[in-house]
Amino acid sequence: MATVYSPLPLYAVLAPLGGAVLILVTGNKRPNLREAWTLLAALAQCTFVYAMLSPVLRGSVIEYSLVTIYRDTAFMFRVDAFGMVFALLSSFLWVIVSIYSIGYMRSLQEHAQTRYFCCFALALMGAVGVALAGNLLTLFMFYEILTISTFPLVVHKETPEAMKAGQKYLIYLMTGAVFILFSMGCVYYISGTMDFAAGGFLQGKGSPQILKVILVCFMIGFGSKAALMPFHEWLPSAMVALTPVSALLHAVAVVKAGVFCVLRVILYVFGPALLKQLNVWAALAYIVSFTVIAANIIALTQDNLKRRLAFSTISSLAMIILGACLLNADSARGAILYIPFHGFMKITLFMCSGAIFLKTGKKLVSELDGIGRQMPLTMAAFSIAAAGLVGIPPVCGFISKWYLCIGAYQSHETWFLVVFLISSLLDAAYLFPIVYSAFFKKTDSGQPQVSEAPLLIVIPLVLTALFSILFCFSPDLIFNFYNLAGRVVSSLSWGI
Amino acid sequence: MTTVHFPALIVVTPLIASFIVFAVGWFDRRYCFPLVIIALTACLIFAAGLAAVVLSSGNPLHYHLGAWPPPWGIEYVVDHLNALILLAIAVIALLSAVYSRSMAAREFPLAKLPQLYTLYLLQVTGLFGITITGDVFNLYVLVEIASFSAYAMIAMGERGAAFAAFRYMIFGTIGACAYLLGVGYLYILTGSLNMADLNQLLPALYQSKALLAGFSLLIVGIAIKMALFPVHTWLPDAYTLAPSSVSVLLAPLSTKVGAYVLIRILLSVFNAPFYTSLYPAAPVLGWIAAAGVLFAAFLAIAQSDLKRMLCYLIVCEIGYIVIGISSSNRLGLTGALLHLVNDMFMMACLFAVTGIIYAHARTRNIYELRNLHRTLPLTMAVFVIGALAVIGVPPLCGFFSKWYLVLGAIQAQQWFFVFVILMSSLLNTVLFFRIIEQVYFPPREAIPAGHAHLDTPFRLDPVPMGELIPAACLACFLILLGFFSNMLITRFISRAIPGTF
Repeated sequence: MATVYSPLPLYAVLAPLGGAVLILVTGNKRPNLREAWTLLAALAQCTFVYAMLSPVLRGSVIEYSLVTIYRDTAFMFRVDAFGMVFALLSSFLWVIVSIYSIGYMRSLQEHAQTRYFCCFALALMGAVGVALAGNLLTLFMFYEILTISTFPLVVHKETPEAMKAGQKYLIYLMTGAVFILFSMGCVYYISGTMDFAAGGFLQGKGSPQILKVILVCFMIGFGSKAALMPFHEWLPSAMVALTPVSALLHAVAVVKAGVFCVLRVILYVFGPALLKQLNVWAALAYIVSFTVIAANIIALTQDNLKRRLAFSTISSLAMIILGACLLNADSARGAILYIPFHGFMKITLFMCSGAIFLKTGKKLVSELDGIGRQMPLTMAAFSIAAAGLVGIPPVCGFISKWYLCIGAYQSHETWFLVVFLISSLLDAAYLFPIVYSAFFKKTDSGQPQVSEAPLLIVIPLVLTALFSILFCFSPDLIFNFYNLAGRVVSSLSWGI
Repeated sequence: MTTVHFPALIVVTPLIASFIVFAVGWFDRRYCFPLVIIALTACLIFAAGLAAVVLSSGNPLHYHLGAWPPPWGIEYVVDHLNALILLAIAVIALLSAVYSRSMAAREFPLAKLPQLYTLYLLQVTGLFGITITGDVFNLYVLVEIASFSAYAMIAMGERGAAFAAFRYMIFGTIGACAYLLGVGYLYILTGSLNMADLNQLLPALYQSKALLAGFSLLIVGIAIKMALFPVHTWLPDAYTLAPSSVSVLLAPLSTKVGAYVLIRILLSVFNAPFYTSLYPAAPVLGWIAAAGVLFAAFLAIAQSDLKRMLCYLIVCEIGYIVIGISSSNRLGLTGALLHLVNDMFMMACLFAVTGIIYAHARTRNIYELRNLHRTLPLTMAVFVIGALAVIGVPPLCGFFSKWYLVLGAIQAQQWFFVFVILMSSLLNTVLFFRIIEQVYFPPREAIPAGHAHLDTPFRLDPVPMGELIPAACLACFLILLGFFSNMLITRFISRAIPGTF
């Protein structure tokens, strides 16, 4: 595998940092210039990330190290196909959500917009940094930046409810970080390195007992960000945040960073072969399956639309982790594909809920009767994304679920196949009633006029819904997600 | 070489300058501050020169005062360990002197300024001397110079400061006496006061009961001076009530220099086998420190006075350093030394910010600091950086020292210490985010949408530049120390640790 040395990953991380500084300096005196910085930073980041795509597709790895932080461990970026998937997803969706954010914040005339856009940029720096990091220490740095910079976004409304959610968020994630720090220390102590390697680098190091302890601590640590049960409580509470935040951070950047890290640990620190040897994958998979089903059942009971979507996110994230835990090529490919595809679909759902709130002030599912006639475009996008999440073919969710199911079948544990299928059924059970009542139930106030949210809000959500469909027909469209997932899978050894 | 006399100059310059400041102050007070700055800038140059010499030659620098050869004469030694600490002291002393100008003018009647600066320079003299000396008795003398100037400066503070200073003096004197008694034991046993000489002579006496008594007295004395739990009780009152212009110098430096003395005595006067296996001082100190870390972290959470909270944090951080020492391995000691330097800057930064806040808002109660970021945006940004560094958020410096401390504790298989370090970072998170919430997100009733007009445009803090710039510089140091921590370790710290580890 060829290694290319290029500072592109550094630029991709510095672009949002520069953006954040410029946003802060510009302040609310010149809001147009400030928003221009956001868009510029987002576009710059997306361009830098995209520029790395073609070498990665050719099979090379892009490396760049800045300063040595610790012995032989440098502050290092190492871009492989797996990191590329997450980096492309976050940076592209940031462009789209930036447009949406501007529309949303201006329509609602929210306070503290400078802080909001600045922290948003910093969070994206964290997310893309996590994707491009070349070792555990660098990853942890960006992981912490992501955690801290999201806090002001969660408490944006500054109400007692928001503050509670913020505290909960911080306590869960900082406790998780402590577990990660401990595991990192142990990994370094037993192996003497922290650089990721395809297929893991812990093979033959340490005793099985300590390896199990490390794995459990990593799972608790990163699992708290991936909202794995029982560490999920912060995510539904954090839904008090503004919708663009929920959309990008709580459906894509933050929680996916958690999932991404879990997969990094499973595939690039431990490696499938070692996990098979340790014989813990089944136990892990059972625990994660519980989250998949339980979160979906809880989602059924939620009347608040955003909370319902939050529980749906918890379930989907657990499904990605379950795919990786099954330790075979197909389930891993399904899991990796589900990271971007779920991102596109869930962000559509969240943006729709934001558009509805903006236009009508409605937050509850039970209030949405007939909303489809008032906002046909929004609800059409919602329906597409909902169908995708369930796994109905012309939307991209189907592809990843297909691979996940094949993987479950191959692992000779039919039980997990059942988990995937039941969860799809449950997805349908809590999403389709919304679509049904939106289009087919009558409102009390007779025939409503068609009135959509502002264009700045409708265009992004229509765009992501369209992408969700196009990815089903051509999963390699623009971003080559399918190709990248294939590269990841073929670079790992899967044992027997 | 022009650098030959730097070891003496770095101590003598502030000493002489302190007398000159006092004398000049009789005639014209305006000359005091420039003199202080000139003296401290000179010290910074000397410290940098010493560090450069040590780095380029790779060997310790020995300087014989009055050309008397050791072990009879007093010897000053600059090695990789104290070259770094001298540099850190010089930087912080200079920055806090700049900071103290407008702060002191606000806090004291003009007539008192010459006295303040005299004491200030004496304090710096003591700190430099303690760090550079290679003689255990000379160290005692310099500790007393530093302590007495500290007592006097603290007593100049707000209501109750005189009593706190008196209490500090009693504790400090007991500590100094214990230390001196310990030195007496060593002198009677060996007839020598030179550290390097003692290091050669003592191993033959390691079985002696008298030596153990001397050692214990030394450790107890230093523990009081460095405010190690449970003999830290003098610290919170003394540093809380001290004037802001003084606490910014004292709080970061004097306890850390005490920690340096502990390391120096353990490594340079005694040796590792003695304090780890022959006489289990290291594990005992470690457990005491671990208890202290938890105790201080909880007490810090209980405080509503920002400065007092920081004082408990100092006790907590001293505990970290001692835990690192007690790990008795290369990683742990690296963590201890790195944390020593990092913590100097972290505390200097936070105390500087606290001073500005107090001067501006006339309160230190953290529940009254609401919305302060609107009037003091830059100050509060510096505070947030300092807070994140203490919590240990990478890439700020606090993370790296904690990382080494954790690794050291893991290597020593001291799982409880690992737990303590990690737990206390969590407690620190609670500690600081409680304040950050109060400042940036004060509790209020629901704000419905449409409050864009609530936002005020950015205006630079209405604070003297002389206070703002040093604070901002310290915040920059926290970031730089983080990024270049490895350079610090490979150049200085890893060479400061004896090869036996």
